[in-house]
Amino acid sequence: MESFVLHTGFAAPLDRANVDTDQIIPKQYLKSIKRTGFGDYLFDSWRFLDSGEIGMTPNERKINRDFVLNEPKYQGASILLARDNFACGSSREHAVWALQEYGFKVVIAPSFADIFYTNCFKNGLLPVSLSEQEIDALFVNAKQGNRIEVDLERQCVSVEGHDSSYTFEIAENLKKKMLSGMDDIALTLSQSELIESFEATHKKHQPWLFRD
Amino acid sequence: MGKTLYDKIWDSHLVGTRSDGNSLLYIDLQLLHEVTSPQAFEGLQIAKRPLWRVGANLATPDHNVPTESRELGMAGIKDLISLEQVETLNKNCKSFNVQQFDILDKRQGIVHVVGPEQGATMPGMTIVCGDSHTSTHGAFASLAQGIGTSEVEHVMATQCLVQNKAKNFQVRVDGPLGKGVFAKDVALAIIGALGTAGATGHTIEYRGSAISALSMEGRMTLCNMSIEAGARAGLIAVDDCTVEYVKGRPFAPKGELWSMALENWKDLHSDDGAHFDNTLSLQAENIEPQVTWGTSPEMVCGITSSVPDPAVISDPVVSESARLALGYMGLEAGTPITDIELDQIFIGSCTNARIEDLRIAAQVVSGKSVAKKIKRALVVPGSGLVKQQAEEEGLAQIFVDAGFEWRAAGCSMCLGMNPDQLGEGEHCASTSNRNFEGRQGHKGRTHLVSPAMAGAAAVAGRFVDVRSFF
Repeated sequence: MESFVLHTGFAAPLDRANVDTDQIIPKQYLKSIKRTGFGDYLFDSWRFLDSGEIGMTPNERKINRDFVLNEPKYQGASILLARDNFACGSSREHAVWALQEYGFKVVIAPSFADIFYTNCFKNGLLPVSLSEQEIDALFVNAKQGNRIEVDLERQCVSVEGHDSSYTFEIAENLKKKMLSGMDDIALTLSQSELIESFEATHKKHQPWLFRD
Repeated sequence: MGKTLYDKIWDSHLVGTRSDGNSLLYIDLQLLHEVTSPQAFEGLQIAKRPLWRVGANLATPDHNVPTESRELGMAGIKDLISLEQVETLNKNCKSFNVQQFDILDKRQGIVHVVGPEQGATMPGMTIVCGDSHTSTHGAFASLAQGIGTSEVEHVMATQCLVQNKAKNFQVRVDGPLGKGVFAKDVALAIIGALGTAGATGHTIEYRGSAISALSMEGRMTLCNMSIEAGARAGLIAVDDCTVEYVKGRPFAPKGELWSMALENWKDLHSDDGAHFDNTLSLQAENIEPQVTWGTSPEMVCGITSSVPDPAVISDPVVSESARLALGYMGLEAGTPITDIELDQIFIGSCTNARIEDLRIAAQVVSGKSVAKKIKRALVVPGSGLVKQQAEEEGLAQIFVDAGFEWRAAGCSMCLGMNPDQLGEGEHCASTSNRNFEGRQGHKGRTHLVSPAMAGAAAVAGRFVDVRSFF
């Protein structure tokens, strides 16, 4: 996983609450056995007017000009602004993969669904929680085309050319993981003796759980 | 201070703290299916890592298996991309030696139906699956959570989940449920009260006399939809009903191990005085049969209500969401729920495709016919064994006689990854769990209901107060 320290970029404002992972990446694309190839289908049924299938490119689709990500001024945006309970619903990690492949490095919303939030930290996409009012202010800045800086080390979001900045909370362990970009599995396996010892005791107490 | 049920299971599975400060939680069982496992298996192969404990994994294909022509097995999968995904699961299970109920095995079905049916789901366990409806297994007082594919790979390789502990949320439902009102209605009423983010960051424990009175099937329906209230996991304490259900199932312990397990399971309830961070209380007798009118499970109301008017909703974000939802659903504010006309009926999914669900729906449609205007009415049993039992009990014949299509087991139209999908603009009474835009098909319109309501709606061609059927 790539580490995340600081990112500056333009933001696209998605003004909807409870955006679910079925909207972020619809089911027909989940048939893929790969981790890549989902960016073209991000927000598929909002970005396009027709129903898509794996393998289709954006050029052969009917573009929905009314959808915010299709507006010319948000092309190249790397920060997504969203509303409450972003990415609720299904556990599909494809939602994170699609957002990243499309070009997003950060999602800023008042709140996130739990599974999506966890999935972000496995892939280096930074979810930032700010208050509704702070996000309203960022919506205004995004629409004005101001660049936004997200500094994970200092836990703050600021707008280029403005003095004010917004601090955000993040669990220390998740922050550390994101800053270092370290391999989760390797890290856990470096303590495999701890797991083995727990497992031996667990097996003694609840042997029926071990059919093998 | 006493511990909650969640505290107890967490504590008994806490391996320790990793060097970076994260907790490691030991996982007893990982359920696998074709959609969220291929990238995880590939990750193991690339890193040349073995499964930590092969026997802690159990697989079955469910999301995109067709529900017709099952006798053809793999040859029945016409969609080549779906075929590759199911083939990949076969290949991975073979090379990693994971037990799989494959497409032709009569034990195949939706993972969340199969686990409990086989007795692989047992009280006090920790269970994960790359599917958010893993919360289903919490009905057995097991801490069961949906996880992402990176976590699937992590559990495969280490038998542990990296996690911070959630808070405790108590949902109490007391009193008797009315006739014609079922676990699904309770689940939807809870989500309506909490909202889809109401329990984010929490594990729910369902308590109270109405919960204890539910069958295991009903409890699974309720726990299944915990994620629709934002909770990764939902739990119900162990009682005699739980133990009776597990007893004698293929994976359940026998003899001395069974007695030992029983002793252990006695403690799987919250202690008196245990601390809950949040509580919601409902009276069961106030819950009507529920129908969703919008594009989020929280957009729900009772059968005697009408579609709400976004203009009178004071919260601007909620009002805007309702306005967008009505536009998508093609519904006018103020329309009585009983005036909503339907095009398709779907009885199935990990929420409502167990034998009890099919019995209730069959009872409602028995001797009646699906309304002429309904283009298609599907019954998709949750597993091959549920299908077999329903056929033996004569339920399948009741459905077929009424004009339903009787299909083979799988997730089917709950998410329409297979050919079972809604057409544009079609309204469907569905016993599934999500009414998101496009969930059941491009521009399809889903109304979440109980199996009884789906049966009654099939007969009437629109929603009706199903209480009059009981």
